[in-house]
Parts: sequence; structure tokens; C-alpha cells
Amino acid sequence: MYRYTDFDAAFIKERNAQFRAQVERRIDGSLTEDEFKPLRLMNGLYLQLHAYMLRVAIPYGTLNSRQMHVLADIADKWDKGYGHFTTRQNIQYNWPELRDVPDMLDALGEVQMHAIQTSGNTIRNVTADHFAGAAADEIADPRPVAELIRQWSTDHPEFQFLPRKFKVAVTGSPHDRAVTKAHDIGLRMIEREGQAGFEVIVGGGLGRTPMIGKVIKDFLPREDLLPYLEAIVSVYNVLGRRDNKYKARIKITVHENGIEEIRARVEERYALIRPQFTGVDQQMLAAIESDFAAPKFKIKSLAPFEAAYTNDPVFRSWADTNLTAHRAPGYAIVSISLKAHGATPGDASSEQMRVMADLARAFAHDELRISHEQNVILPHVHKADLPALHAALKEAGLATANIGLISDIIACPGMDYCALATARSIPIAQEIATRFDALKLEHDVGPLKIKISGCINACGHHHVGHIGILGLDRAGVENYQITLGGDGTEDASIGERAGPGFSAEEIIPAIERLVLAYLELRTEPAETFLQTYRRLGLAPFKTALYPEAQADAA
Amino acid sequence: MPKPFTPKVVTANHLLKGDVIYQTASGWTRDLAEAEVLTDEADAALRLIDATQQTGEIVGAYLADVDLCDDTPTPAHFREAFRSRGPSNYAHGKQETREHV
Repeated sequence: MYRYTDFDAAFIKERNAQFRAQVERRIDGSLTEDEFKPLRLMNGLYLQLHAYMLRVAIPYGTLNSRQMHVLADIADKWDKGYGHFTTRQNIQYNWPELRDVPDMLDALGEVQMHAIQTSGNTIRNVTADHFAGAAADEIADPRPVAELIRQWSTDHPEFQFLPRKFKVAVTGSPHDRAVTKAHDIGLRMIEREGQAGFEVIVGGGLGRTPMIGKVIKDFLPREDLLPYLEAIVSVYNVLGRRDNKYKARIKITVHENGIEEIRARVEERYALIRPQFTGVDQQMLAAIESDFAAPKFKIKSLAPFEAAYTNDPVFRSWADTNLTAHRAPGYAIVSISLKAHGATPGDASSEQMRVMADLARAFAHDELRISHEQNVILPHVHKADLPALHAALKEAGLATANIGLISDIIACPGMDYCALATARSIPIAQEIATRFDALKLEHDVGPLKIKISGCINACGHHHVGHIGILGLDRAGVENYQITLGGDGTEDASIGERAGPGFSAEEIIPAIERLVLAYLELRTEPAETFLQTYRRLGLAPFKTALYPEAQADAA
Repeated sequence: MPKPFTPKVVTANHLLKGDVIYQTASGWTRDLAEAEVLTDEADAALRLIDATQQTGEIVGAYLADVDLCDDTPTPAHFREAFRSRGPSNYAHGKQETREHV
């Protein structure tokens, strides 16, 4: 893992000291809220419905056990004993008090973490494939590049006041688990004729105007990455609309100007600034890469795993659902579900955080990941250790076998916390999970991604959910719209709106009708919901959702 | 014809704690039932100006619609209902404790 240099440590310390002084000046009246707000946002501090919220970056989703322990300690000392992991590989604390926030940031700084640029119109926390460095299908570990981008973008003087926020995601695998096509810039590590480089995608995004990103450069040599990124953001900084917040993201800039025009401008800018990059960035990257060297994988007998797999049906179900193929022989990637049926998606208690940290230290080469799907990953676990790991997870209420299934729901905080929300998301997720658990159908239904957003800004990624749910305020009542057929992978697509929305009471039965219809419609159990939808289109699902309309038409 | 003025309260978040507060005739309360109900548009505008000037104590003051139940204000919109109560996934926020400013 990357370790802060003296420069990094001094920078964070200085920045935290500045923010501490800013908080003091706000409290003593020297700063008005209008003056203070941009300062607190730059440091990840929001004011939500019921309290302040501190959003802490977990760069490219990677952390070690010590860092996870400190996240737990912060939750106990300054919050209500839990944290919420988000779709952007951040953790949010929902209840800090203003005076405590500088202490929280100092505690984070002690373990090389921060909340810088988790808000504001800047380049945000860089996200990456949560299976990075472990996945069997990976070309290269995307995290060194993500760390390079973090360093380049943090406090980048040209990019502190962009037209709007700016999100970058990186994947090193052809199977896109980082939703790169729904980011302002998506980077896919590829190889061409033996040379390492990137496919650069630009102008993707969700929100009120969802767009799938477009390829601006089909092959960018690896060493040209930073100047090319700088050229893109620079062009956006000039061209992006500042007259209308809703048209300010780069997806609109690309849409309005056309990808050819943007590409031409980026190339022009690139030619101008390329000579300024003298190779220092590549030297830094080489140093960063050595920090991400793979752990020393152990060679052990698989007998304990095989015995448990054969004899323990609960373990087998968990192993079949929550493990992913690892590149090292004998190893597996473990996804720990933060979606126990009826629990809040993405929430972990401080006790659970400590259990996961200790298990990472004992069994997973001291590494944890946070996925954009709001689960925790132990990327490197030898299969021989899985029975003991599973037993410990079970004890902590962390062994739910539902990864990728209907109850593994992404949900934004919604109107239970968020000041922007138009409806709640969390209770809908809780009720869907509880309902399908009661029906004992979820393993039969198979892979199905439900994603719920509590407003049009789409933090819950509903546009790329196989089933997307968008909560709105319709004349003072919560109302939920369904979209179908969205996909956040390399075959990314935006879901199609199914029809009129449903009330909070109607939405769960509606989802149930939809899923039961799928079970009837699929050609065989192996045909997933998304495949069935792609084969048949919206019509039969619409019939299931709106039986009254069909009856009226008859 | 302009819409008739509906009863309102001035609400904001507390600067230090960040929690939801409501204006009373003489200060602030954490309990909506104790809030000063404003039934006159001009009066409401003045009370809001008064609140926004208290920048050392509060953040983000605005007028929120209320319904009156035996003269006691209750939230007119579900967003304000959540603000007056707390989140629905845990018994945190106002539903957990009730204290005065």
C-alpha cells in the first residue's frame, strides 16, 4: 500500500491546522457561513438534515487494518458508533459536531487519511476497481495510477474552482467493476502491441442527465497520462458552463460541443503542455508502484476449505456467492456483505469495522477494500483460511451470502440524512431485502442489481441498476420511479423508465411482481434478469408492473 | 390571485451541533411544538431576516410550512417531519433525545 512521504504528511498536517483555525474563526464570528461554507466543503464537511456530515476519502477504496481501526475509533469517539460506506469509496460520519471535526481530521491524518476534495467543484476522490491487484482477469493493478492521480489532483492550483465536481475512475481489468463509463473521466488500462496504455473515456455521468462516456482516446501511452488528463480538465475548465449548475458537468460540455471538437481542443492543449511533464511523474509512479507490490502469497493445503465446502451448507452457500476468482493459486477474493437483510446498505458498526480489520490482519495480508457497491472486500485470502474467516464473520453478523443478489442493494442515504434528497431510499432497500429473504427466492432469482437513489442526482446509481429506483417528491408525497435494463459494466447502458411511479407502499409489491415476471419469462435459470430484459425489452415487464393498465385496455 | 399565506415557522440548523432548531419568540428551541407560529406574511419575512442575522448561532434559516393541531405546529411536509424526528433507520436525532438550546 502507498505510504505517505514526509511531504504528504506535512501537507495534511498543515491543511488540518488551517481548517482548525477556520473552524475557530467561524465559531468566534470572524467568518460568516457564506465565507466558511466553501472552506468546510473543501475539507469534506457538509451540513445535512439532522447534523453535520464528514465525508472521508478512502482513495481507490484501499485501506489497511490500522486505518479501519481508526475509522472505528472515530465512529465511537465523535459519532454514533457507526459509519456509512458510499458508492464513491468514501466513508461518511452522520453526526459529528463542528468543534470536533478538526480532531477527527487529525486522527485521520495520523493514519494517512483525509477528507480533502471529497466535496466542492474539484477533482474528487479517485475510485478504482475494488478487486484491484487481486482479480484473475486483471491486466495491471490500477491503484498506482490512481494514487498518482490523487497526488496530481490534490490541491492542483488550476483545478480548485472547476465549473462543477469532477470524478475519475480507473480499472485495470476488461471486466469493468469501477463503472468507468459513468464518470467524468474513465480510464481503462489496456495493452496494444505489447505497450501499456489507457483507453480514455470522457463525459460519462448519471444525475439528471445520464450519459454513457465516449472514447476520446482509444490508446494513450501510459507515460502520457497526466499531461493528457491535465489537458482534458483544462479544456473543461474553460469550456464548461458556469451559467447553469445543471449543465456544468463535462458530460454536457461533451454533448453540446461534440466529442470531435473536445478531442481537437484537448489535443491542442496537450501539445502545449506535454513538454512541461519532464518525466518526474513517471519517476514518482515507479516509486508508488513499489508500494503496491503484491503480498507474498502463501502455499497451503486446500483441505480445510474443501472439507468445509463439502460438509457445511451455510459455508458453501456463502462461498458460492461471496467469493471471486483470485489471480494467485489457492487464493480467493472475499466480499463481506454490508447488506444483511433489513440492515442499512453500506453501514458498519464500529465493532464490525474492528472485526473486519482484525480479520484482514489475520487472514488477508492486512488489506481491505471498500467497493462502490457499499461492501467491504478482503482482496487476498487463502482458501484454507476461509472456514475460520467465515465463522468469525458469522459471529459479527457479517456473513450474509448475498453478493450480487437482489438484497445486495446500493442505496444512497436519501431523505433519512441528505439535504438534497426528495424521498427516502434506505427503508425501500430494507423492505425489498426483507421481503425477498422471506420469500426465500433470492438465490433462485440469481444475479440482479437493484440501485436506489433518493433524488435525481443519482448517488445510488439507479440509472445503471438492472432495476433502478428513483425516489421523488410528488405533491408532497414520496413517489418511486422504476427504470429497467441499466448496466454499469463494460457493456454500460442507461435504464429505461418503466412508467408512472409508485407510492412507498406500492413499490415493494411492484418490485415483487417484476421479479416474479422475470422468473416466468426467463428461458432457463442461467438467463439473468438483465439478459431476459435485453432479449424481451420493456413490454412484458411493464405488463407485470401495471396490471390495471392492461385490464383497462382489455 | 396570490396564494393565501399558510402558517410557517422559522427553522435552521444549530451552528455547533448542526441539529435542527426552530425560532421562538425569544430565541430558539429544538422542539417544533414550541416554535413560534407565523401567520402573517410580512411578520414572517421580518422574523426570517432576524434569524439570518444570527449567523454566530445558526446556519441556513428558512421558513417551513406547518399545520396547526390545536394551535401546536406540526410538519406540513414529510421532509420537515424527518427533520423534526430523525432518520427512519435508527432511533437517532430528535427521537433519541429532547433538549433545549
